Amino acid sequence: MARALAVLRSFLPFIVGIPILYVIQVFLGSYSPALALIAVTLFVNVVLAVSLNVVNGFTGQFSLGHAGFMAVGAYTAAKITLAFSGLTIPVLGHALTQQAVFAVALSASMFTAAIAGFLVGMPSLRLRGDYLAIVTLGFGEIIRSVIENMKFLGQATGLSGLPARTNLVWVGISAVATVVMARRLAVSTQGRALFAIREDEVAAEAMGVDTTGYKVRAFVISAAYAGLAGALISHAIQLCTPRMFTFIRSIEVVVMVVLGGLGSITGSVVAACTITIALEALREFQAYRMVVYALLLIILMLTRPQGLFGTRELWDLPIFRKLMRKPAVAGGEGASPTEVRDDSTSTGGAA
Amino acid sequence: MTEFLQHFVNGLSVGTIYALIALGYTMVYGVLKLINFAHGDVYMVGAFAGYYLGAMSENGEPTLFRAVLVTLGSMIFCGLLGYTIERFAYRPLRHRARLTALITAIGVSFLLEYSFQLKPWFHHPFEFPPGPSPRFFPALIDFGGESPSIEFLDVTIPKIDLLGFGVAIALMLLLQFIVYRTRFGTAMRAVSFDSQVAGLMGIPVNRIISLTFMLGSALAAAAGIINASSRPKIDPLFGLISGLKAFVAAVLGGIGSVPGAMVGGLVLGLTEEFVAGYTDSSYRDAIAFTVLILVLLVRPTGIFGRVTAEKV
Repeated sequence: MARALAVLRSFLPFIVGIPILYVIQVFLGSYSPALALIAVTLFVNVVLAVSLNVVNGFTGQFSLGHAGFMAVGAYTAAKITLAFSGLTIPVLGHALTQQAVFAVALSASMFTAAIAGFLVGMPSLRLRGDYLAIVTLGFGEIIRSVIENMKFLGQATGLSGLPARTNLVWVGISAVATVVMARRLAVSTQGRALFAIREDEVAAEAMGVDTTGYKVRAFVISAAYAGLAGALISHAIQLCTPRMFTFIRSIEVVVMVVLGGLGSITGSVVAACTITIALEALREFQAYRMVVYALLLIILMLTRPQGLFGTRELWDLPIFRKLMRKPAVAGGEGASPTEVRDDSTSTGGAA
Repeated sequence: MTEFLQHFVNGLSVGTIYALIALGYTMVYGVLKLINFAHGDVYMVGAFAGYYLGAMSENGEPTLFRAVLVTLGSMIFCGLLGYTIERFAYRPLRHRARLTALITAIGVSFLLEYSFQLKPWFHHPFEFPPGPSPRFFPALIDFGGESPSIEFLDVTIPKIDLLGFGVAIALMLLLQFIVYRTRFGTAMRAVSFDSQVAGLMGIPVNRIISLTFMLGSALAAAAGIINASSRPKIDPLFGLISGLKAFVAAVLGGIGSVPGAMVGGLVLGLTEEFVAGYTDSSYRDAIAFTVLILVLLVRPTGIFGRVTAEKV
């Protein structure tokens, strides 16, 4: 009985959240489609930032190829929804069938992106630091270049006229699923291994951590969720072109992760929301957007290189501790497992 | 055979550009262990500096003197730009984690690219920033004669490419001299070997790093001018891909090695030209990255690189 309740409790966010999101979608969708699209973008950015944080933050491997995996996922899902757009299963009716098709498409996008992540990760994760960054960037560009040359993927013009399947319910579920995944990963044995790799790869290896194996796994997980995000965004704007997935897109996600703090899940969420909203607010100054972005990145690195939250989570901050009336136990049970004392930055330069 | 030779000539022309940019990467990586992501954009700024200097001396005839003046002016400007970038963006981070500096470098790169894409703030004496649409680099030199290129064994060799190739080789020889035959070069190699000990031995590490940045940026500016003279369409984003490819060239030659960067640049330019020429040229941009991945998998130290053991 207690077990059943616990299971029920873990599904509570979905049971409560889905109807709420659905209602919001119905109202917002009819009231202001533009606002609904911004909300969708916000959730997609959360998925992107949190999933990239698994590689860049948890594992400390600097990947610049997130957009490539987005592209793989987006094109996979687009091909599936386009191919089955006329399908109707009699029992379900057209609308429900199409939702089911979309669910299949999303799963497939995660799957293909994960495969791409594996293929990219296997060779490149032998490299470290800045080399890895450049190689992942290179792979991202290769993926884009290959897509641009494929006839059945529409080459440079891409695929258009995708069904508008993405709504707040889908992105909401995806965002929550990504956050839950990251959190569960962080408190698991796997997560510990990833943090060990981030703190000191050589020491982790000496302690018997299969560093390459864990790195590839982190990479695959991250790529899968990037694929999901790509599928979601392409079905929101009903378009899928190679230009949507240049490495500038990857950098945007990196900025979110870095701003929030490498290794902080809530940090990524907060940063993704802040940046999405700020960029929408700055839409008038379209041209200055990227300049502000670049300046933000430089100033942030100069003044607070660990990001807003560092490796800590929202609930580790003193204000929240007070709110929850939990005594702050340094390094004890109160501390989040993602939190590590901040000596990595001082030794990192000398290594 | 003619086709082969033509590809060879084109490949060399592109390769020298890569080589000149790669030298900046390799020197900065040598002293700082930092991939200066903004280097490709310094190359772009170099071409634009040349464009503006050329435009300002519009009424002058295209002479050799003017070409030298424009090139030197642009090199000095980019040297100062390189100094500024190093002083304000990289130096405060020197003792932090390396990724912090890499992210900052990406930030600097974006800042240059996007601020150059803004609409012009002022129009006099010239329009700046140039805005996103491409501009055409003025001809700095008039070769006289009827044809801008010479024919040799049915192969077309543009005279400007020939000159550019010569200038590039001269600059590389000069650099080789500076690095291996002067006090500054010795100090630079010492800093690259171990900056802490070099400092203890009385070498002004900060000044050497600044000078290295200026030298690399000046070479990038020269590459920008040479490239723009031969392929005159310039826009604020054209440094991005060339910069990345030059980085590949530096890795191919062995990052940190001066002759490696030259050889790497030429080899990459030739590879790209031959592969793109004989197969599908729409894959051109993917070739460099494929080369990079192959090099890193097969021989991560590059052609001239030394194998160093990892210290714990």
